[in-house]
Parts: sequence; structure tokens; C-alpha cells
Amino acid sequence: MIKTLAILVENRPGALARVSNVFARRGFNIESLAVGPTERPDVSRITLRVDCADASLEQIEKQVHKLVNVLRVTELEPGAAVQRELALVKVTAPPDRRPELMALADVFGARVADLGADAVVFEVVGTPDVLESFEELVRPHGIKELARTGQIGLPRASARRKARRQHVLR
Amino acid sequence: MRMLGSDAILRSLEAEGVEVAFGIPGGAILPTYDAIARGTTVRHVLARHEQGAGHMAEGYARASGKVGVALATSGPGATNLVTPIADAWMDSTPLVCITGQVRSSLIGTDAFQETDATGITLPIVKHSWLVQDVGELPGVMKAAFHVARTGRSGPVLVDVAKDVQEAELDFSYPDAVDLPGWRPPAKVHMRQIAAAADLVARAERPVLYVGGGVLNGDACDELREVAEVGRLPVVSTLMAKGAFPETHPLSYGPPGMHGSKWANWALNKADVLVAVGARFDDRVTGKLSAFAPDAKVIHLDADPAEIGKLRRADIPVVGPLKVALAALASEVGRLRASDGAGPVAWLAQLDAWREQFPYRYDPEGDYLKPQAVLESLRDLTAGRDDVVWTTGVGQHQMWAMQYLVCDRPRTFITSGGLGTMGYGLPAAVGAKAARPDATVVCVDGDGCFQMTCQELATSVLEGLPIVVVIVNNGWLGMVRQWQELFYDERFSQTHLTHQVPDYAQLAEAYGCAGFTVSDADELDDVLEQALACGRTAVVDARCDPEEKCFPMIPAGAAATEIVEFSQEAVEAR
Repeated sequence: MIKTLAILVENRPGALARVSNVFARRGFNIESLAVGPTERPDVSRITLRVDCADASLEQIEKQVHKLVNVLRVTELEPGAAVQRELALVKVTAPPDRRPELMALADVFGARVADLGADAVVFEVVGTPDVLESFEELVRPHGIKELARTGQIGLPRASARRKARRQHVLR
Repeated sequence: MRMLGSDAILRSLEAEGVEVAFGIPGGAILPTYDAIARGTTVRHVLARHEQGAGHMAEGYARASGKVGVALATSGPGATNLVTPIADAWMDSTPLVCITGQVRSSLIGTDAFQETDATGITLPIVKHSWLVQDVGELPGVMKAAFHVARTGRSGPVLVDVAKDVQEAELDFSYPDAVDLPGWRPPAKVHMRQIAAAADLVARAERPVLYVGGGVLNGDACDELREVAEVGRLPVVSTLMAKGAFPETHPLSYGPPGMHGSKWANWALNKADVLVAVGARFDDRVTGKLSAFAPDAKVIHLDADPAEIGKLRRADIPVVGPLKVALAALASEVGRLRASDGAGPVAWLAQLDAWREQFPYRYDPEGDYLKPQAVLESLRDLTAGRDDVVWTTGVGQHQMWAMQYLVCDRPRTFITSGGLGTMGYGLPAAVGAKAARPDATVVCVDGDGCFQMTCQELATSVLEGLPIVVVIVNNGWLGMVRQWQELFYDERFSQTHLTHQVPDYAQLAEAYGCAGFTVSDADELDDVLEQALACGRTAVVDARCDPEEKCFPMIPAGAAATEIVEFSQEAVEAR
């Protein structure tokens, strides 16, 4: 089962390697990983999607939390978190196919990021499921290249935080 | 104060109260060794191999309860420390390793003697630092010692670029650490303690399953209090040998693959298991699903990640064991005051099993028996409170576990988790540095001895005399045992021979006293001489090459499938 973890780390060299090693040494494949700054310049946020069972996840959360550079580990549960990912998809688009592609893009709220003679680059934002649906639908037209940022997320503004998963950031 | 980075390293060690450091100089750590030459209160013990230095630091840490310190250069110096670091990681031994690194400008260029020391050790340290800015050095040193010794103790690495050691800084040692992400649990939930005490007091067949965490957590007195007020039997793992006095009537010895039948049965039949600083290692549990199948588990540990890792805990208690056990003792004591004598019938059952199934071997035969060597050492040191044992890894280690008697904490020092052959001799040198007044005896195997015997030079020249007793069966004995039992006696590449080297001559070449004994009648005399000679001594005890270590629970089997020594089987051969 795919789980999402939000990990706040001190912004220091090696912090990402230490976190990813906890998964690698247990043979877990990381589905996606996004790292970026937070509201604090000395803190980075790692959002990580991994395929593992509940019991394994709990063990891994504890192991990650033990790392000296890690400030907080939270599981982002669907429903209790806002989750987004951005994809750039370069699709073959000769002039006669463009209307159909544009209509499709419209349904997904995808924007045209760039347009060439025979291809268009769509920019689409959503949950990983939405991005996968979009990808499937444009695939028959011919995907030339595809890039995804990896999912990021935040607990919902309205959500009550679960005590077990909270480790207070000083 | 204005000083060089190299001097700052030494001043930091002094500020941490470090008395002894073990190491070997080399190119990238030269400035720090120059600082040693300029003067320090830290005694430097010059090892002959960085692995030796690392194991010495471990032996020092285990014997003293302090943080061990090892120094090495970059590249091969650092990689030679990898085994001791992994060993300290597995056994939670507090260790600060300081390695030189190539100059900052050369890092990442495959420079001479460059290795990515922090990268190589990443999975086996609590934390590591690559210091490229001299201003960070005091804070890093402070943090390194803090992380090594707090929470679940363990190894850390400080990798210092050569130019950082040569650069100047204004040194002042910080009073506090700045580690917002490192906050090991400091308190214990009293509600959990009350629930645990209630379960223990109501148990019919309780067992305290005690691991090395009790020693690391300095909680041996509190453990004894819990056992005594609750009348609870104590089963101590290899790593906890000596944490609870082995001559105490409530001590029921070691469990596990080569543990006693009674200890394994105690765990197997228990209805309440109180795991204390123990981690349900496969060498203890055997088949996990069949381990203590009827027991509710109370798990006390300093490390939250150990709870539920292998066995579900019905009542987890996270926090410092000293605090947790003191609280548990007081709660259990309060409950026992009203409910009386404790599990009397259960203790009688355990005593009966202990009577019925002692460790056994056949003392007859053409050869000296390895068990007889251990029995002789045990008897010659009986009642002494100044003996510290170390071991290598293998059959001799298991016999040492079975036959030696340790009544005091930190008197049995061994490589448990990693199973590092060659650990014993350098660990003994380190233990001797920690306890100069003690008689330090390394019970070693011939295979183990040959992996680190160069440290005899360190022992002799540094004035750290130890006694090494080689249980020499001429084979990689434990591997041979597995080949005999599980690989149809195909003895592939395990024969080392009794003849090469001549250990007594080798010892003499190093300036030690060398002894050889192969006759049971001479055994006591020779060991007595070695123990009393006051020099580093090596005893080559030439033992039966075919002797196997029993009892044995085959890997992956349940405690009930324990294989005992069989006189009939011996006679049938």
C-alpha cells in the first residue's frame, strides 16, 4: 500500500542520504520524493511516497525519527492532507490533433506550458491519481517526454493532528 | 583562546573527560598527532592496525562505561575502522571515531588516501560529521560525545579535513549542544509502569529477559531490585552477562542458540516476559513465531524503534532503563507486599530443570577438552572481583558464556550482534586501559586470534598486560560444527591446523610469555602461571578438534527443538 510521509529535516548536507538510506537498506522502493524549503530557512521538507505495509511503516517512521537531523515525521493520510504533484507532459500534437488534446486538457485543468510545431507541453497539477489518468488519456497521441515533481502535501487546515505521529518542532 | 583546529580536537577531548584514546597516525590526521606531541592529558595508545584501535576503544568503553575514542587517518585508516564501528553499532557501544580527511580542496577528487568516510559508515553510525569549517569543530565535538552517550548509546564519526586541523580558530568549548532533532526519551510513562507491575505481580510464570541495554543504561542495581522484590527469575543474554550476579539464586543464565536448556524453557513456558534492554535477536529467539508463545510481553527499552520491531509488546515502556526499572521495582514491591511470596512453584520448576539439564560434555578422550579449559579458568578465578573477560566469536565464546561466572557488570566483554572474530584481544587491551588493576583475560579461538594478534605488540609496549587463552582446536570450530551437522561433514576450508603458527613462539617474538598445554593434568598449573606472571601471556591450549558446542537450537528452530549433548551418540561413533 502506498503511504506518504512528510519529514522535516535540518537543512544540512547528508540529511537526504540518511533518510533515503533507512528505506534503501530495508529494500523499500521510493515511489516519489520531493525536497524543498519550508517557512524556515534552516528546515527542509521531504515528502516521500513509499509502498509498504502499516507495520513496516511504523517501524520506518521510528527509525527515521531517530536520525539526528530529523525534526518531525508525519504520515500524510489521504483525506486528512492536501496532496499535490505537478507533471510536465510533452505530447505529439500535429495541428489536426490539437483541438482534441486541448479539450482533454481542459477537463484536467491542464495548462499549455509550451507549444511547438508538432508538440505541446502540458502542465498539470493534481494528486498522483489525477496525473496518471491524464497521462493515460494523452498516451495514444504519443508522449515524447514526461517529468513529475513528486508529490508534496500538507495536513488540511481543518484537520486535527494525530497525537501519535506528532513530534513537536522546537 | 586562539589555537589550531588540531589543538581544538585535543582540548575538546580533554573537556569531555577523555583519559585514553586509541589510534594510528597517517597523512590526513598528522596535524592532530602533532597536537598530541605538543601536549595533552589524553593518553594515546598506539595500536598496530586501526581495527585493533577501534576494538580497543570498544573494550575500554564496555569496561568503563565511558565513551571510547579511536583516531585514524583518511582512506584505509577510516575503512579499517569500519568493522569496529559496525560492531559498536550492533552492540550499542558508545564510540567517538575521529578520522582525518584529505584537504577540503581535494575532497571528491579521488585524492591520495581519500575515501568517503561519512558515506561508507552512513548505515552504521548514530550520526557523523564531515568538518570543513574550523569554526564548527568545537560544536561538532560536543555534539559527537552527546549523541554517542545519550539515548541508546552507539558510535559516531567525526571526519576532519586536514586543512581544518591546520586552520586557526577562537576556541571555546560549548556548554550545550544544538541538536534540535536529537531528543531521546528522557521520561517514563508512569501509567505504563503501573500496568507492567500489575501484570508482573499477577503472572504465574514471569521471566525477566535481560539484554545489554541494562549495562548501557547503567541500570544493574535497579534490575536487581526488580528481580528481588518481585522474586522474578532473570535470564540474561550474552550481552548482559554479569549485569545480574550469576551466583544469585534468581540468575538463570543465558538463553539462545547455545544457551542453557533451562533458560530457553523458561522463556518458552513463560506467561509474562519482561524484556529489558533486549532486542529479540534471532540468536536468542530462534523461530520468532515459536518464541515465548504463551507470554504477554512487557518491553522496556531506551530506543522507541525497538518496541514492536520483532515481537509485539503488550505493554511498551520507553525511556531510560535506570528510571524505568527503579519505578517498576517500587510498584512491584508495593504489590508483592500484599500478595506474598511471588511465583514459588515456577521458581521451583526452573530449579528442577537446571538440576536436570546441566551443561554436559564427555571429559574423556585423547585430547584436552575446551570446556575443561573454561572450567579451570572459572575455578582459578572463583571469588575474585578483579577479573575482566573478553572473547572472540565462535565456539570458545559460547563455552565462555556457559562456563564462566560473572557477578559484576562490565566484566564480560564480547562481540554479540556483529559477531566479529578478532574482537577479543584488542578489546582486552582496551579493557586493561580502563581497569589497570584488573586481571584481563581474553578467551580466544585460534581463528579469532590470528585476525588481530598484532595487537600483542600494543599490549606489551603500552604496559597493558593481558592474558590470552587460545582455545586452540586447529579449526574454525563453529563453522566446522555447522559443516558437520548441516553440510554432511564436508569440511570445506575450515582446517587451520594445530601446528601453524606455534602460538607460544609467536607470543615470545612479541615479548610476551608463551605457554603451550595439551595435557589436562597440566592445565591448572599452566593457567595459574599465566594469570600470575604479570606480563602479557599467551596460552595455547591445544584442544579436541571435534568437540561441538551443546546444547544447540538449530538456526530458525524453536526452543523446544533444542539439541543436547548425547553421551550415547558419542559412544556410538
